[in-house]
Amino acid sequence: MNKPVPDQAPQKPSEATAARIDELAARYPNPASALMPSIWAIMDELGYVPETGVDLLTEKLGVTRARVYEVLSFYTMYRTEPQAEYVLQVCHNISCHIMGARGIIAHLEKKLGIRLGESTPDGKFALEGVECLGACGMGPCLQLGKHLYEHLTPAKVDDLLESLRRGEVPRADTDRELEA
Amino acid sequence: MKEYKLLSARFGRSDGHKLAVYEQEGGYQALRKVLGGMDAAAVRETVKASGLRGRGGAGFPTGVKWGFVPQGAEKVYFFVNADESEPGTFKDRFLLDYDPHQTLEGTIISCFAVQAHLAFIYIRGEFGWLIDRVQAAVDEAYRAGYLGKDILGSGFDLDVIVHKGAGAYICGEETGLINSVEGRKGQPNIKPPFPAVAGYLGQPTIVNNVESVASVPWIINNGPEAYKAIGTEKSPGTKLFSVSGPVRNPGVYEVPLGIPFREFFQDYLGGMADGEELKAVIVGGSSVPVLPAAEIMNVNLDYESLQQAGTMLGSGGMIVIPESCDMVELIQVLMHFYYDESCGQCTPCREGTGWLHKLVKKLRGGEGTAADLELLEHVCGGMAGLTICPLADAAVMPMRSFLGKFRPEFEALIQETATTGPRTRWPRGEQE
Repeated sequence: MNKPVPDQAPQKPSEATAARIDELAARYPNPASALMPSIWAIMDELGYVPETGVDLLTEKLGVTRARVYEVLSFYTMYRTEPQAEYVLQVCHNISCHIMGARGIIAHLEKKLGIRLGESTPDGKFALEGVECLGACGMGPCLQLGKHLYEHLTPAKVDDLLESLRRGEVPRADTDRELEA
Repeated sequence: MKEYKLLSARFGRSDGHKLAVYEQEGGYQALRKVLGGMDAAAVRETVKASGLRGRGGAGFPTGVKWGFVPQGAEKVYFFVNADESEPGTFKDRFLLDYDPHQTLEGTIISCFAVQAHLAFIYIRGEFGWLIDRVQAAVDEAYRAGYLGKDILGSGFDLDVIVHKGAGAYICGEETGLINSVEGRKGQPNIKPPFPAVAGYLGQPTIVNNVESVASVPWIINNGPEAYKAIGTEKSPGTKLFSVSGPVRNPGVYEVPLGIPFREFFQDYLGGMADGEELKAVIVGGSSVPVLPAAEIMNVNLDYESLQQAGTMLGSGGMIVIPESCDMVELIQVLMHFYYDESCGQCTPCREGTGWLHKLVKKLRGGEGTAADLELLEHVCGGMAGLTICPLADAAVMPMRSFLGKFRPEFEALIQETATTGPRTRWPRGEQE
């Protein structure tokens, strides 16, 4: 989950994350190949990659700063700024569109009082439109963290927002019941 | 209607992800057969003889692709392409979610066939939960001796790394995928050289789609003749279709290739949902040409028949479009996608996808003229076949077919907006 917008000094990846990057660099055939998973290691801890993270990546993997920024800016899931606590990413591609994604986006805009692409002033919610999430037969859908909420209706969106406002993340559709 | 469960035996179940369940139901027997006495060439020949064609979209024969690895190559890498991002496609997600060991067994056998000792399973970053599922299966397989050193006492070694993507459609293209794992932007390379000769870190590399890899254990267990007995002569086997849109039963279906669309639509999908009428179908993911209802109804679902009908089987991501949809609106959604996902490396694609999106938007904005329709055609002509990878073509194919098959809708829009102003409302939603 993304961390709330912090007021404090810039964050720094921990020793544990640095150690994780060493492990990844040893695991891949060459250290540069571990760049994407190493960025993920920093994202998992901080929710974004600060300058200090870029320094750590260049130092551990022997890649240039240009290369790190190139990769950070190419892939849409990587972030270089602190994010809202809950980033709601609604698919607006063709199948979800046919099934009513625009209506879901409009409903979210109304409920959150923000437009697509904005965050609430308290740093709690951000609303984004994204391309296909691979849930086409279960649309409309949205992504929150590792999971997808599918078959969205305005009522289901209301329940989701209510839970998140209480700080509870409800069980997602992709988090299905599994036999142990 | 006869049921086929070559790939989908555990779909929908809550226990299919478990190694013990997979083993109980015959899992890892194909791997035992391979490591217990087949040589790599025999495995390649078996898959080649089955006629299995790559299920990612291009339909290139899998066994033939394997044969392109130079003889005696020292370091060979194998990539399972689970970057499933083609709009309308969600079949690989089902394979990995409900039955990760099936794809893993196929991966191990495929690696043996090309003598690769390191495989990457590249899963798109948006499938966060799925990455955990596959990693858990990989961990189980290591503990059971199906991965690691000296697998099942055969002397064959294999490591598997589950690699998480980070949001880039272009990484589904195989050289983009390889560059991505090298820690670069996912921009495709000019071919040749093909990855089978010079791929990851300059070494021979095979990239196969999840569904292709998942088909391998069944082919080994049952033989190429049994596989060829299903489907058509040139399109053997079964295919997963992921179906979206307002049909009664959307979802993922395994059917023999060559099944008539009409039968598939009525018997499997249950026809349209209440109150909806069929207008058109994009049969193989958003990048293939659209077919109006009257045309799709008489087509069989296999590589050749669909090509004859002017479209492609692609990924099997079938998007069903109802009569209530505005085709200009839908093509705007799609052109936004290709514009967003162009990697920016080739001018015809970087500029062309932007032009297409801008022009369609202009039409809906009420400022379009008949000359813009000619300009759309002209821009398409400056893109198709002129770029390093097929992303430009992937935008041009839907654009041209929407314009070609539904031109009256474009013309009516231009006329209508000339008097009523912009069409900013999305009929199936709210304001733009």
